[in-house]
Amino acid sequence: MLKNSRLQLHIPRPPARPGETPDFSYVDLQPAGACRRPPTDEAESRMRDLPFGLVRVLDDDGSAVGPWAPELGDEHLKRGLRAMVLTRIFDDRMFKCHRQGKTSFFMKSTGEEALGAAPSMVLGMEDMCFPTYRVVSYLMARDYPLADLVNQIFSNAADPLKGRQLPILYSARRYGFYSLSGNLGSRFGHAVGWAMASAYMEDDKIALAYVGEGTTAEGDFHEALTFASVFHAPVILAITNNQWAISSFQGTAGGQETTFAACSLGYGIPGLRVDGNDFLAVHAATAWAAERARSNLGATLIEFVTYRAAGHSTSDDPTRYRPSDEPRHWPLGDPIARLKNHMIRRGFWSEEEHAALEAECDRQVREAVKAGEEIGTLGKSKPGVEEMFECVYKVPDWRLIRQRQELGV
Amino acid sequence: MPAMNMIQAINSALDVMLERDPRVLIFGEDVGYFGGVFRATDGLMEKHGAKRCFDTPISEGGIIATAIGMGAYGLRPVAEIQFADYILPAYDQLVSEAARLRYRSGGEFWSPITVRSPYGGGIFGGQTHSASPEALFAHVSGLKTVIPSSPYDAKGLLISAIEDDDPVIFLEPKRIYNGPFDGRQGIPLKPWSTHAASAVPEGHYTVPLGKANVVRPGQGVTVLAYGTMVHVCLAAVDDVGADAEVIDLRSIVPLDIDTVVQSVRKTGRCVIVHEASRFSGFGAELSALVQEECFYHLQAPIERVTGWDTPYPHAFEWDYFPGPQRVSAAIRRCVEARP
Repeated sequence: MLKNSRLQLHIPRPPARPGETPDFSYVDLQPAGACRRPPTDEAESRMRDLPFGLVRVLDDDGSAVGPWAPELGDEHLKRGLRAMVLTRIFDDRMFKCHRQGKTSFFMKSTGEEALGAAPSMVLGMEDMCFPTYRVVSYLMARDYPLADLVNQIFSNAADPLKGRQLPILYSARRYGFYSLSGNLGSRFGHAVGWAMASAYMEDDKIALAYVGEGTTAEGDFHEALTFASVFHAPVILAITNNQWAISSFQGTAGGQETTFAACSLGYGIPGLRVDGNDFLAVHAATAWAAERARSNLGATLIEFVTYRAAGHSTSDDPTRYRPSDEPRHWPLGDPIARLKNHMIRRGFWSEEEHAALEAECDRQVREAVKAGEEIGTLGKSKPGVEEMFECVYKVPDWRLIRQRQELGV
Repeated sequence: MPAMNMIQAINSALDVMLERDPRVLIFGEDVGYFGGVFRATDGLMEKHGAKRCFDTPISEGGIIATAIGMGAYGLRPVAEIQFADYILPAYDQLVSEAARLRYRSGGEFWSPITVRSPYGGGIFGGQTHSASPEALFAHVSGLKTVIPSSPYDAKGLLISAIEDDDPVIFLEPKRIYNGPFDGRQGIPLKPWSTHAASAVPEGHYTVPLGKANVVRPGQGVTVLAYGTMVHVCLAAVDDVGADAEVIDLRSIVPLDIDTVVQSVRKTGRCVIVHEASRFSGFGAELSALVQEECFYHLQAPIERVTGWDTPYPHAFEWDYFPGPQRVSAAIRRCVEARP
């Protein structure tokens, strides 16, 4: 019999805070190629080991190994690499623009570029992505105009969102990219509803939704999983576990108790745990889940294990809450370097070509920023103020008409 | 023309829209096989199939999130929240998502959802089955809030709400589902069949959103109300014998400001009645608007008759409910006031 003792409240603590040695021993790493790949029509009850595995394709030498290794052509991989490189260069450039006072806010996706780029290349333009603010690489992989991103970030006269939305909370319907918002998780259920609508209409479109590991604590996440499970919604539900939610480590959301992929178990939905810094693994896992969705087999939950290498946003200083050298110790490496090495190993890419790609992306970003600056940066240019009163309703009611008149616009 | 009670009229509106538009589908807790706890969806699953009318998990946030996603896809979902008291878990979805989707996306996305929910007291439902949360929605830019007071209006307004391209909160005064309850207790409820507005066409028709109904014309005082309170006000006006103009707002957003202003400028007196609590209730907005628009026509202070600023109490229901006596007293004060 257990001895009676006073109760102790457990407060989770990350392995390392500033000044301490980074420690990622908690990340359950498994060798590339080790995780099995069941057929997509396997019963969920026979896949309950997968949330505790780790789908990895690229090994330390840059070879693609194991049952998940996708057969992707050279040009496909070049496009994926380009989307990731472009994202990183764009992020760095726009971060600088913020420091120069050209915009009010920005968020980088450094280290997480594969999470948007690879799924974007798996899904069609008619499918719908319900993004987080850290998957702009989804748009980059679809050649979304950089100028539109810049104009949105500058909230200038050419802002496609008419100056109404915070920088980077994009919306791009024609690119299958749903309207972003700063409220976390509240669009996770929209993806399920959208997918249910597609099934209801006997359409062939599917949905993909992202949520951060921190946001899995929101009720929206669990409500969405319930509906996805009950109605077999053709949706891919992706958790981007980048270890940090601003200053809160992943254990604050339950990551020290089980894997985030294991949230799937209580809902009877297949769950995958995937190396999120491995472009090929992200691609393969998304394709597997998409095939399930398109075959009326319902939803899949995927945890992408990754690392937020930069701060949360331009307002954040991560050295205040984690070791300053922690990013260098992340064991799953850098998604761009890993795909690049793989392509070089396969013999259709080189350091020279990579440098040329970076230069080309840099040139395109500079051109887009320059074009945006010519229209105007934040405060120097804005859409017509009458836009403030539009789109509240489809047709403005008397209040909006009168208030617009009162403001004189 | 068949005589319908309000439940039958709502059921008929849903039936008509399911028939007319394959993009319309209906879901909520217990709405499918069982037909809803108030029977509003009775028979619809059987007639139109389970894909058009089905039960959901007990998850108001999930119901509305699902509806918004369906709406963004291009459907016209009609979600039921079983009691308006239980809509609050979905408040974030309504405020942060449904109301702002069109605005924040530069008009790229919108979600034409209709959220039906029985509201209001008078059924001994205590504080969990009696709430009148309309002001919580009226305050949110991007939402429309509609409240019918008769079977005819309920069907016509609900069809308008479903066909509207903006999100609409459709609050159903459950106390008058079965008859035009006028707040007088202890006497048998008159059935809707004795009321002219129970004549409801079987097919499609609309009552436009944002158009108030002058249910009783008059010259001496304007009485503004909606839902159950329309009938309470009519009873009170009869009791007082006042020459009152009773206006049923029908929808509080969009608000028919012209009808309100025209009437108060004519009568010079205004009594505002709602069942929801007073402080920051919708009556406060009405009172402010009337003051702004009609100040130099007013002959008396504006009167508000409302629920008290407490949660809806069970044993004290009829002490809380703004019945004909309180409304009569307010009308009398307003009519008799002299500058």
